[in-house]
Amino acid sequence: MSSGLGSKRRGSLSVIKEGLRHSPEVLRGLWFTLFLAVVGTAGGTLIPIVIRRVLDDGLGTSGNLDMSEVRTLIVIASGLLVIIALTGYWSKVRIFTAAEAGLSTLRVKAFRHIHDLSTLTQNTQRRGALVSRVTSDVDQISQFLQFGGIMLIISSGQMLLALIVMGLMSWQLTLIVLLSFLILIFGLKYLAAAMSKAYDRVRASVGLMLAVIAEPIVGAAVIKSFGIEARTQGRMAEAIQSNYKLNVRAQTVTSVSFAAAIVIGGLANALVLLIGMWLGVTQGLSVGTLIAFIFLIGLFTGPAQMATQVIADSQNAIASWRRVIEVIETPIDVIDPGDSAQRLGAGRDIVFDAVNFAYPEGPRVLKDVSVVIPAQQRVAVVGETGSGKTTFAKLLTRLVDPSSGAISIGDIDLTEVNFTDLRDVMLMVPQEGFLFDATIAENLRYGKPEANDDELLQVIMSLGLSDWFEQLPGGLQTEVGQRGESLSAGERQLVALARSALADPEILVLDEATSAVDPQTELRATRALDQLLSRRTSVVIAHRLSTAEKADRILVFDDGRLIEDGSHTDLVAAGGVYSRLHASWVAQSRLASGPIT
Amino acid sequence: MTDSSLSSLSLDTSEQLTRRGVRVMWSGIQREPWIFTLAVLSSVLFGFLTVADAWVLGWATDHAIVPAFEAGETTTAAIRLAALLFFLVALLRTISVIGRRLLGGVVYYRLVRDDRFEVTASYVRLPLSWHRKHSAGSLLSNANADVEARWGVFMPLPMAIGTAAMIVAAVVTMLAADVVLTIVGLISFPLLFLANAVYQRWQAPRIALAQRLRAEISTVAHESFDGALVVKSLGREEAETRRFAEISEKLRDANVSVGRVRAVFDPVVEALPNISVLVVVWLGVMRVLGGQTAAGDVVQIAFMFTIVAMPVRSFGWVLAELPRAVVGEARVRAVLDDRSDMAWGDQELLGTDPIELKVNELSYVHPDEETTRALSEITFDVPAGSVTAIVGSTGSGKSTLVSLLNRLTDPQSGAVTYAGIDVRHLTKSAVTQNIALVPQSTFIFDDTVRANICLDLDCDDAEIWDVLERVQAHMFVSLLPQGLDTVLGERGASLSGGQRQRIALARALVRKPRLLILDDATSALDPHVEQAILQALGSQENAPTTIVVAYRKATIALADQIIFMGAGKILDQGTDAELRSRSEHYRDLVDAYDVARSEVDHE
Repeated sequence: MSSGLGSKRRGSLSVIKEGLRHSPEVLRGLWFTLFLAVVGTAGGTLIPIVIRRVLDDGLGTSGNLDMSEVRTLIVIASGLLVIIALTGYWSKVRIFTAAEAGLSTLRVKAFRHIHDLSTLTQNTQRRGALVSRVTSDVDQISQFLQFGGIMLIISSGQMLLALIVMGLMSWQLTLIVLLSFLILIFGLKYLAAAMSKAYDRVRASVGLMLAVIAEPIVGAAVIKSFGIEARTQGRMAEAIQSNYKLNVRAQTVTSVSFAAAIVIGGLANALVLLIGMWLGVTQGLSVGTLIAFIFLIGLFTGPAQMATQVIADSQNAIASWRRVIEVIETPIDVIDPGDSAQRLGAGRDIVFDAVNFAYPEGPRVLKDVSVVIPAQQRVAVVGETGSGKTTFAKLLTRLVDPSSGAISIGDIDLTEVNFTDLRDVMLMVPQEGFLFDATIAENLRYGKPEANDDELLQVIMSLGLSDWFEQLPGGLQTEVGQRGESLSAGERQLVALARSALADPEILVLDEATSAVDPQTELRATRALDQLLSRRTSVVIAHRLSTAEKADRILVFDDGRLIEDGSHTDLVAAGGVYSRLHASWVAQSRLASGPIT
Repeated sequence: MTDSSLSSLSLDTSEQLTRRGVRVMWSGIQREPWIFTLAVLSSVLFGFLTVADAWVLGWATDHAIVPAFEAGETTTAAIRLAALLFFLVALLRTISVIGRRLLGGVVYYRLVRDDRFEVTASYVRLPLSWHRKHSAGSLLSNANADVEARWGVFMPLPMAIGTAAMIVAAVVTMLAADVVLTIVGLISFPLLFLANAVYQRWQAPRIALAQRLRAEISTVAHESFDGALVVKSLGREEAETRRFAEISEKLRDANVSVGRVRAVFDPVVEALPNISVLVVVWLGVMRVLGGQTAAGDVVQIAFMFTIVAMPVRSFGWVLAELPRAVVGEARVRAVLDDRSDMAWGDQELLGTDPIELKVNELSYVHPDEETTRALSEITFDVPAGSVTAIVGSTGSGKSTLVSLLNRLTDPQSGAVTYAGIDVRHLTKSAVTQNIALVPQSTFIFDDTVRANICLDLDCDDAEIWDVLERVQAHMFVSLLPQGLDTVLGERGASLSGGQRQRIALARALVRKPRLLILDDATSALDPHVEQAILQALGSQENAPTTIVVAYRKATIALADQIIFMGAGKILDQGTDAELRSRSEHYRDLVDAYDVARSEVDHE
């Protein structure tokens, strides 16, 4: 299913490295931030030092303790605690600011990249899955940084400082603590792998669950018409339940690893106590040091516990990060030449030279097509369903690139023209009149952002759409709803048509763009469009042959080949595929009872 | 609706918010009382054992460590006992912490799962008019992020309750050790609670804002990727990226602002127990010197505070989750409590013959947009087994009328009756099993060809192939790599428009409907294919009553009567010949292609 997006699985380190490369803001001033953060965790270490000092100064054994010295000690320690707290604040603000800036960049970059992918690649992905890459996946990383990431820094800072203090107090006891926790570190390796696997499964099941839940949302009408609520509900329940099971499984693994640190902490405490006592008697280890060690082990156990949690979260975050990076690194198979592009000259002749096209791992759908379309010609492309006419339009507008052969415009290969120039001169109106959830006016302005209301009304009028437009409840301000679905399919196509007229391209490609519009309106609008776009090239993919009848030239496709090429009269006379198609078209419209006399 | 719930949220005082949050918590506890109780018991046990740990340290200091150092002897039974106690307590804590986390997690995941069941059931239950008002992005986030937000508080909740128990136990043992030191040390606790309260007050609106922006960003991404082809063909990638970046930057700022509050809160919460430990030590030294307390008691109380400090944060986590819980609850409730679903009747449509349909003075206004064009006073009859064509220009209300016929929507006045029974008195299955609508835009499930056609019906392969042949789809389906078992992908992306329409037709026909409604359902088919299909339909035995929205003359010619619509009204009705003779407007519409052709011929 995910064949379209990068498929090689990266290791965690490489994910982090790549991820940071795509969000350079995160690295800005990172070392200073980390230094501040480590200082910010020193509070915990301070307490055992104070206690040791006080105990060894005589509290534990004899009674001769200098009170003023204790007071100085406490005042200094309090002052340090305040400084430590301020450093902690400073480091966290720096972390959040840098991380969120980096993630926002990553999010926008991924979003843009998805739009830059060819339609072919886009179509290999579920829409919901693409959306989650720029939403929940990035959120996951952000959540991790806000909680787990901070915890990770605090924990490692605390453990590092505790270790240094321990080492200074007694290397023997430090060794014992380290050995105890070594067991944990080895155990964690396995637990981390188990967690990583468990969370990967959870994430995959979330994707699947959302895709299934999307069905009753997007396909509500079908589900209601056919009364298949039970079936739909069943499919969703299955996906939800399986997601639940995987979550519980992952939770089990995390709980066990979280608990492991506590056993180890208890073991370390017991060992330190036994061996510390022995050291005390034989080597002169102080009571204060022994007690301080037990405090310090607490500083080790807490973070070690947290570490397992953080590892679990980080696995999740890294999995998300990996998915975002996969999107960004998915190669764009229809590449915008960008700055290395050749400028389009005045020429607009379109040339297909021995063009073949096949979908990946599919049969050829366009075979050896060679044709020249001079500028300003009005061309109709005709053929049965599956004959290759839509593929022809996609190649012409460079939504896909040919498998072999070349297409050029004004003698410049299409692959050498940058996208901005190409979209400026050429516009395609697809069959599905997709509108954005906004007003009619805003949707029309997608074709020409700077157009004022008068221009919009002008276009509607000149396309002969006034009758239709006048009955819209809010005029230009009518909201079209989700995907334009407050309007009928035909109305959406009318808006899309008006949008293209407003954009006024030099080459217009209509891919069955009026298939749902009534005949009268269609003819009126397309003719008006012809007028508006006179001295423009138009390529119209049509299954209603009314368009073909008026075209300068007709290209007839059959089974991926261009088999006939000529004017309406010529082709009808030639008695080939076109004449057959046309006869059937005429027969259809003449079946009616005939003109009244 | 979701927005208003959010703005009302920000008007709430933090006490109200807490109260509402607690109500959410309580409702969750009531749903999973047993597992929750077990989780809390584990957590309380863990709390007690943590205190026991500190008690062991104090006990060991006084009874094992200090005497041993004084005596210079290491092999006393007390030391071995202390070591054993440390380890045993740790072991028990391990078991209880597993119980706490695992059971707590199970409670959370069960609540989330059950909400998802309910929310998605609502999506299936609620009528089409409701779906039109809600974006796909926000509905997806209702079933995903919002239910998680609603119950997120259950992750830290057992721990917080256990921590409360721990504090009680800690205070009791500390009081037993030294009353004065305990009371002095406890001063930090009210400060900790205060810090938590301030934190929550500051954080709630910030978190709500971030949550809202997340929903917004998801809506924009959804729409933008849905319209990817349009974005591409109009070269709007840059503009779309800017639109997205704008919200992304707002979200970034919102997250940073949440982070700032945390950055203040965390160090304060960390420093408070440490400071109270220093105070305890200072005072403790004086009291030891004064002979009022033992060194072991000071160590025990100091250790207790360092142990309790970390878990106290779980109160903060619970409090931080409360606003999210309230927002999540509001969004989820909005879906669950929506009762705009249709009430169905209890009458059945008996028999298997084609059904007669009557439409009587039907009027319809879009409820939320009173200015929207309406259907007014639509009246017509469709005799059983006959074919009626609905003809009218784009935007004349045909699709609205069709959605009233199979009760996707209810009219404000007038009625649709089947075999004399008002559609509102019929059971739901009577409508869905007898009437099949093939809509203008087809929806294909991400499933196999077979499942897309049969849906919930038990149908055998022979039936499917028979139907596929009737809609001229057997050829292309048999060429698919796995035939009927080929998975068609999201919204049938791998099929052409005409192929999708034929699958949709097959889906309708396999159910042997007694009334078939085709809403311009053949627009993407080649004319001769369409003709072949329609003729096959009409010639079958016991052919269903058929209503077809169409423009093609040949299709219209198959109709026994024609309903000619314009601007939401019936302009005329009768046979094609009658309409032709009466209505110029009608002729203009249906003859448009002929007129165009004759113009070409005369050029």
